[in-house]
Amino acid sequence: MSIDKNTVSRIAKLARIKVPEEDKETLARELSNILKMIEELNAVNTDGVEPLTSVVQMQMHAREDKVTDGGIPEKILANAPEQTAGFFVVPKVVE
Amino acid sequence: MANLTHLTIKQALDGLKKKEFTASQLVEEHIKASEAARHLNCYITETFDAARAEAKESDKRYAAGKPLPLDGIPIAMKDLYCTEGVQTTAASNILKGFKPPYESTVSAQLKRDGTISLGKANLDEFAMGSSNTTSAYGNVINPWKRKGDNKDLVPGGSSGGSAAAVAARIAMGATGTDTGGSIRQPAAFCGITGIKPTYGRCSRFGIIAFASSLDQAGPFGKDVEDCALLLKSMAGWDPKDSTCVNLPVPDYAAALGQSAKGLRVGIPKEYRVEGTSPEIIALWEKAAAMLKDAGAEIVDVSLPHTKYALHAYYVVAPAECSSNLARYDGVRFGARVEGDNLIDTYENTREKGFGREVRRRILIGTYVLSAGYYDAYYNKARKVRKLIWNDFIEAYKKCDVLLTPTAPTAAFAIGENQSDPVTMYLNDVFTIPASMAGMPGMSVPVGLSSDGLPLGIQLIGQPFKEETLFRAAHALEQAAKFTAVPQNIVGKAA
Repeated sequence: MSIDKNTVSRIAKLARIKVPEEDKETLARELSNILKMIEELNAVNTDGVEPLTSVVQMQMHAREDKVTDGGIPEKILANAPEQTAGFFVVPKVVE
Repeated sequence: MANLTHLTIKQALDGLKKKEFTASQLVEEHIKASEAARHLNCYITETFDAARAEAKESDKRYAAGKPLPLDGIPIAMKDLYCTEGVQTTAASNILKGFKPPYESTVSAQLKRDGTISLGKANLDEFAMGSSNTTSAYGNVINPWKRKGDNKDLVPGGSSGGSAAAVAARIAMGATGTDTGGSIRQPAAFCGITGIKPTYGRCSRFGIIAFASSLDQAGPFGKDVEDCALLLKSMAGWDPKDSTCVNLPVPDYAAALGQSAKGLRVGIPKEYRVEGTSPEIIALWEKAAAMLKDAGAEIVDVSLPHTKYALHAYYVVAPAECSSNLARYDGVRFGARVEGDNLIDTYENTREKGFGREVRRRILIGTYVLSAGYYDAYYNKARKVRKLIWNDFIEAYKKCDVLLTPTAPTAAFAIGENQSDPVTMYLNDVFTIPASMAGMPGMSVPVGLSSDGLPLGIQLIGQPFKEETLFRAAHALEQAAKFTAVPQNIVGKAA
């Protein structure tokens, strides 16, 4: 399958990345090439194969359910582009 | 005093203990060399003053007769590891100015053992690349040059700054991360040694995520022993990473020097990939002969799904990348580019903040995970990944380690292999299968190409059997006797 300009627009929207109109053609071509390579996977018979989720063949551990961290709002906010009164600030979303 | 920048970590530790020189002198020599090699662009952020202060503390510990295991050793820290209070960028504009409020587990462990970071090493943006040409902070230049040709070559990637720093003798060792070959391929391109341990061996906590089911930390060193010393410090269980495995960390250096006698070395026939340089194929055969002479048994093995590892990788890695990089929205950290409303702000921030290759991978990842395609691409790739994993497990019934080339060519010039993303992706054809299966892999420099560039050979081991891998790598190193250094580096060995 190849990716056209409309598909580029759709996935760019999903990924929340602006793509200027003049870049869409090139991007569609590059993504189609990558997809063409990926589609060679269809030659592999995977009937009855379980998908591999983790290469580590071990039980994950559960930690004790207690607070181990926190109380550092200044540190958490220190890298924010905009902050006020202990909150991250974003453009207005509710009129 | 001999040129300190040419010592191995082991030699430097011996010299420090014998008080032949101080940690301050060792660090100062490396800072001087780093300043003289700034054209290589190895560091995004230099931390020389902090390094000098830490060296003084190290000197005190030596004077008191209580040094730490790696006390005073100057290293480069890949700028993908969060370092408390020190700018951490992942080589991306979107993280410009980001100062993590915490330290990654691996860098904390290296600090605990006395290493001193000289700076944050340059890399491909978010570790996505094989040439260190996608960094928002400029290309890294490989200290090696082709014979009679002054063209700048790439150091490989993504851990290009780390590998170039060790090769140029401006850091004694370095940290890297490897998702599809990002330690092994640059180690090969720069004529040094690098190991990606088994997935789960090192904590991923505080390492900026690219593809979480593949990312793994590992060291670069001038030789196998230095990698063993660094890995011992970096490895170990960490409750902050749920995929980190609770197994004791062996003394890897103790595995060195054991003979290769009885070691079964598998040669996978599927690694004779078209487009591989004939010199590399010849070197691969030579490496097998070296190990055979050292007493190893050479066995032919087959990993039938090797061919598809690259294809499955370019589904799984972008899928995980698109999900991991969703956090960069210009709200909590990093740069923000304002828009008309919140969505517009997100879209502007991510367009301007991410470079071309990163945006491309996010888009491919978003596509393969989107409704209607998830099964056809993502689940298909995960099934193929299972078959790749099975291949390794089957092969390991017949051998202890696998021997393959590390990369299909020597280092190429900046700008080459960039006509199409897929051409660049082929660089990792030999390293990706082990990544997909979570197996440990190591690159050892074994020879020079006809135009004078280093070539690496890869050894792949069984899960959590890094000791066997080190043993095999050391035997190969002893036989190969690779002593070449880049032509123009500052302060040649005596």
